[in-house]
Amino acid sequence: MTTDTFAESGADLELVGIHKRFPGFTAIEELNLTIPAGSFFALLGPSGCGKTTTLRLVAGLEAPTAGRILVGGTDVTNQKSFQRPVNTVFQSYALFPHMTVLENVAFGLRRRKMADPLGKAHEVLRLVELDHLASRRPQQLSGGQQQRVALARAIVNRPALLLLDEPLGALDLKLRRQMQLELKTIQEDVGLTFLHVTHDQEEAMTMADTIAVMNKGRIEQMGAPQELYELPRTAFVANFLGQSNLFTGPVVSTTSAGVAVDVAGHKIVVPAARAHRTTGEITIGVRPEKLTLHSAKPIHDADVNVMGPGRVTDVSFSGVSTQYLVEVPGAGTLIVFAQNMTFGSDVKFGDEVWVSWGVGHGFGLDDDPADAPRFEADFDTRSIAAQRHLEGA
Amino acid sequence: MKHSISKWVLPAYSALALLILMIPIGYTFVYSFNDSLKSNITWRGFTLDKWLNVCNVQNGAVCEAFGNSIFIGVVATVLATTLGTMIAIAMVRYRFKFRSQLSLFLFLPMATPEVVLGAGLAAQFLSIGVPKDMLTIILAHTMFCISFVVVAVKARVASLDPALEEAGRDLYGSALQVFLRITFPLLLPGILAAALLSFALSFDDFIITNFNSGAVSTFPKYIWVSAARGIPAEANVLASAVFILALIVVVTVQVSGAARAKRLEKLHHAGVN
Repeated sequence: MTTDTFAESGADLELVGIHKRFPGFTAIEELNLTIPAGSFFALLGPSGCGKTTTLRLVAGLEAPTAGRILVGGTDVTNQKSFQRPVNTVFQSYALFPHMTVLENVAFGLRRRKMADPLGKAHEVLRLVELDHLASRRPQQLSGGQQQRVALARAIVNRPALLLLDEPLGALDLKLRRQMQLELKTIQEDVGLTFLHVTHDQEEAMTMADTIAVMNKGRIEQMGAPQELYELPRTAFVANFLGQSNLFTGPVVSTTSAGVAVDVAGHKIVVPAARAHRTTGEITIGVRPEKLTLHSAKPIHDADVNVMGPGRVTDVSFSGVSTQYLVEVPGAGTLIVFAQNMTFGSDVKFGDEVWVSWGVGHGFGLDDDPADAPRFEADFDTRSIAAQRHLEGA
Repeated sequence: MKHSISKWVLPAYSALALLILMIPIGYTFVYSFNDSLKSNITWRGFTLDKWLNVCNVQNGAVCEAFGNSIFIGVVATVLATTLGTMIAIAMVRYRFKFRSQLSLFLFLPMATPEVVLGAGLAAQFLSIGVPKDMLTIILAHTMFCISFVVVAVKARVASLDPALEEAGRDLYGSALQVFLRITFPLLLPGILAAALLSFALSFDDFIITNFNSGAVSTFPKYIWVSAARGIPAEANVLASAVFILALIVVVTVQVSGAARAKRLEKLHHAGVN
């Protein structure tokens, strides 16, 4: 859209039946997605899940094999990258090294022949608090400053849709937290639609209104961060977004209140409303921070699930909380996060313990249990570490 | 003991090496002021005549050869740099059939002895009936210069983050605008280096030129021919002039680069405070 007006506000993004095949593999398969105007939307997934390809399709840097892309109701599928009302903050920032910060920011405005490009560039540089460095070259700035210039260079054009390709990946943890909050504030200020691609589940949960978890070219689940965390639909989501203890077993009874599952001799109840399946073999789960450790068998309570006795096979202290691994015969290893409320730990390596959690905290997955991993410890951190390693290389 | 030897061995060795390298240049420069007659071998006294009347000897044959070399160098450089840059970008950015074979063919002129290349080319011109003149020299020089340009520019293209061009397109730049404002300025140092290299290679090429020049004289060819009966001092004048010119360019670039680095450093300190 090479008009000389800014987009008044963010626009909807609609992806209809998108397929993307590269020679030798399929990156995206039948992707349908609607992102409402003004929202902060995160596409979350491991590397190779198709999230960056999706972003590049929207930016016009790749063409879909099939399907349509609509921005604000206009079909842009056949428009070239420079014709689309979309701007991108690249993972590597891609700041032009031969131009000053100011000229970098004014680049898009100049191409569109907007009036007073330098004035507008200064204005947006003040927004990201970098106007005093306008005459510098990008390589003279720190990583965080470069990131802000990349953001300024994109939002100065007031795109209907702003695409962010893991823009915080290269920053250290403290700066990343700070930038997450700044980005969120800027998004609320300017009211643009943000599409943020990331593999960092914490980043997605902190910043986005809506998260779509992507895996193998398809969207596994979409919803508000809290909804996704508390009620994952698949084993992939349960383990990619945080950690989960998953168990598989046959349903032994179903009442209006709950679905009872037999897990290695333990009767575990999940509320019917939180179970996607209610018959046959099903996979159920619970988050590690919902579990409580007991050194003696707790008194029977219909609202509490109990597993045990098991043995503590690992204790690792991480400041705020302590992570315990508890081996329960037949049920596998459970992860328990306990907040450090007292000095030292009551539970030691090798102790015999029982694990309990409120019935209301459990969830039942929609997956076919045959495919669902019985338990995958640390899946998310390992895959993220592996991806960081790949990207760093 | 060992320490004290190492203190003077390296400086002495370096000084000696530099001296040996400088002797021919110094000789050429000094003998450009020689009041020579036919041959310029014995010192016959100081004069500025040769510098002032450089084009007046032998009906200006030295100057004509020199001018030809400059002309050929400039035309071959422009052609080779333009074509070579285009080939380099294509080879890095696109995947096409026979790409690796092309790479091999581009490497061949650099690996083949010049005598073979020159003779082979001369034979081809003969067999298709192209008369040897300025054009054939330019074609021959363009051919071998392209290889060096492709190698130099390819390295630069490979180090260019493709995201920069994508960012240009994303920021409303058409293909032409992205090339002119992003790709070309970023490749320019590599392209300039390649052009300088091409010019230098073309300017002092003798072997391939000798096979393909016909009656046209170039500066190296002139020196070669006149070496048999004594190189005139005018040749020394031109060679010295080129050397001094190159020296001035190098010093200017170095000094301005150092000044810029200083300025940037100052700016950086000012920004930090």
